[in-house]
Amino acid sequence: MAEKVLEIRDLHVTFDTPSGPLEAVRGVDLDVSSGELLGVVGESGSGKSVTFLATMGLLPARARVTGSVILAGEQLIGASPKQLRSVRGRLLSMIFQDPLSALNPVHRIGDQISEMLRSHQNLSASDAEKRAIELLDIVGIPQPSDRARQYPHEFSGGMRQRVVIAIAIANNPKVLIADEPTTALDVTVQAQILEVIERVQERFGTAVVLITHDLGVIARVADRVNVMYAGRNVEQGTIDSLFDHPSHPYTRGLLASLPRPGKQRLKPITGFPPNMLNPPTGCAFHTRCEFAADICQGELPSLVSFGDLETACVRARDLPKSESFA
Amino acid sequence: MSEELLKVTNLVKNFELRVNNGARRKKRIVQAVTNVSFSVGKGQTLGLVGESGSGKTTVGRCILRLIEPTSGSVEFDGQDLGSLKFEELRALRRKMQIVFQDPFASLDPKMTIGSSISEPLIVQNVPGDHSDKVIELLELVGLSADHAQRFPHEFSGGQRQRIGVARALALNPALIVLDEPVSALDVSIQAGVINLFEDLQSRLGMSYIFIAHDLSVVRHIADRVAVMYLGKIVEIGEQQAVYEHPTHPYTKALLSAVPLPDPKTERSRHRIMLEGDVPSPVNPPSGCRFRTRCWKAQDVCAQEEPMLTIRPSGQMSACHFPES
Repeated sequence: MAEKVLEIRDLHVTFDTPSGPLEAVRGVDLDVSSGELLGVVGESGSGKSVTFLATMGLLPARARVTGSVILAGEQLIGASPKQLRSVRGRLLSMIFQDPLSALNPVHRIGDQISEMLRSHQNLSASDAEKRAIELLDIVGIPQPSDRARQYPHEFSGGMRQRVVIAIAIANNPKVLIADEPTTALDVTVQAQILEVIERVQERFGTAVVLITHDLGVIARVADRVNVMYAGRNVEQGTIDSLFDHPSHPYTRGLLASLPRPGKQRLKPITGFPPNMLNPPTGCAFHTRCEFAADICQGELPSLVSFGDLETACVRARDLPKSESFA
Repeated sequence: MSEELLKVTNLVKNFELRVNNGARRKKRIVQAVTNVSFSVGKGQTLGLVGESGSGKTTVGRCILRLIEPTSGSVEFDGQDLGSLKFEELRALRRKMQIVFQDPFASLDPKMTIGSSISEPLIVQNVPGDHSDKVIELLELVGLSADHAQRFPHEFSGGQRQRIGVARALALNPALIVLDEPVSALDVSIQAGVINLFEDLQSRLGMSYIFIAHDLSVVRHIADRVAVMYLGKIVEIGEQQAVYEHPTHPYTKALLSAVPLPDPKTERSRHRIMLEGDVPSPVNPPSGCRFRTRCWKAQDVCAQEEPMLTIRPSGQMSACHFPES
């Protein structure tokens, strides 16, 4: 078993809103091992982004974060800003959906990469510049030495995302968190960016956390997957097990709702995602679940081993076997 | 194919772009749509797919004359829309409706759902009290009568999209342009809205132009599919022919780039990686516009523009070296 690099335990994130406290993350446990690509999937409002913003220490001060996040032996919850600054970009990096807003429009690309290098490593300006050009080459930017002297507006969307990846991996972090990195891109460009992420993962052994709503992207690149619903982790396992015999009713519903070749009628999940200001008691999915029983409104279910998956459903054992989506 | 409802011939839309380059002012032309022709049968769904900048939305808007086309003709039920006077066009518009992508921006936040839905009836001077019609429409799209008094902010994205559909249905249109109607919705909600489109079509028999970048959704809903690249149709035909036997290299690459929700298939698939990005429509490549990213491109592709030609599986594609 590969070494655990990131360990999240009982993470809770609460925001104070004018309408009262909103608990966006409600007790997430999650492990990332070195060199693996973990997919995190969930719909809007499921808490998938907030979980990792909390991990990075990037949430606004009004967010109350409790629990434990251990990265390579260091506790990040409650860490000082100075400690976090030293971790971010060195051990832990994050890329986002919109690469343009992640880049500074008035600085050259090469300088932005060098800045990242020099803030964590003792490098001369010229060594940093050389390394920056190497990094541009690694992420597949042609003519890297010329491109390093250009500004963000001279790059296309796909090329900008490559630059952002180059910055994120500059110091060879242990974990790269990619939050919907291809959602703003066209599908042919998405394919290129996913390839770059896989290449980085293989070449440097970086653990990658890929947050997405697209189960196709998960099926293409992930080793393991984590399904989130209403601020909780409801199911996790290897992609093969999860697509072959999902056991949580939400995972089943999600997989069954996707259009597939052939003209069979789609099966939507009834109802809509819960209002997190006032989530349902017990299992938050019980209001939409076709298998719900009275017991589901009782206790908040935790992840329990179920075959080769871990599932947070008290009725998992009693449910009929799911169809296979693999 | 069933009887023709809409016929688009050689549709062109150029946008003028004023570039203010310091002291010099330059005028540039964006060729958003170039010589696009297709037809849609009664009760049929045409899927219009392509990446951003391919012109699919512009085509949709030109059909309704929400944007004036630069040239070309759009015939609706035998009438040439371009020749109509404003009042005539307005009367005909009741037969053609549109549903937009963003269910948050397409409803007036200060209007109740009921008045949003009945507005088209008022605009078109349909006599009488519309409250029964509003209730009928709300129920048709899976909402309930008491929703009519509420405001948009009280609804979720999926519900708002249903309201947009109810409004589009108010005048019993023969054609609805659906412009990315499910892209803003969560996956679990998408399926319900797609089912709604299918149910409405089988009950009411209208035609759809379904514009989307999500190829799996289009495969599910469309009878025929047109693939656009940089303002032109590169391949068009029956859904099955285009998806199962793509003949244009771009169609093939596009289909292979779509990740499928099935890890086993994903691992065994042969993937075509396209180099680079879509070129600018301000200065599109000569000849075949796809040639700069095409692995099959030869000299002839730069010199001669390929014409849409019928292929063995029945669809048409514009390529000098079609896949077989």
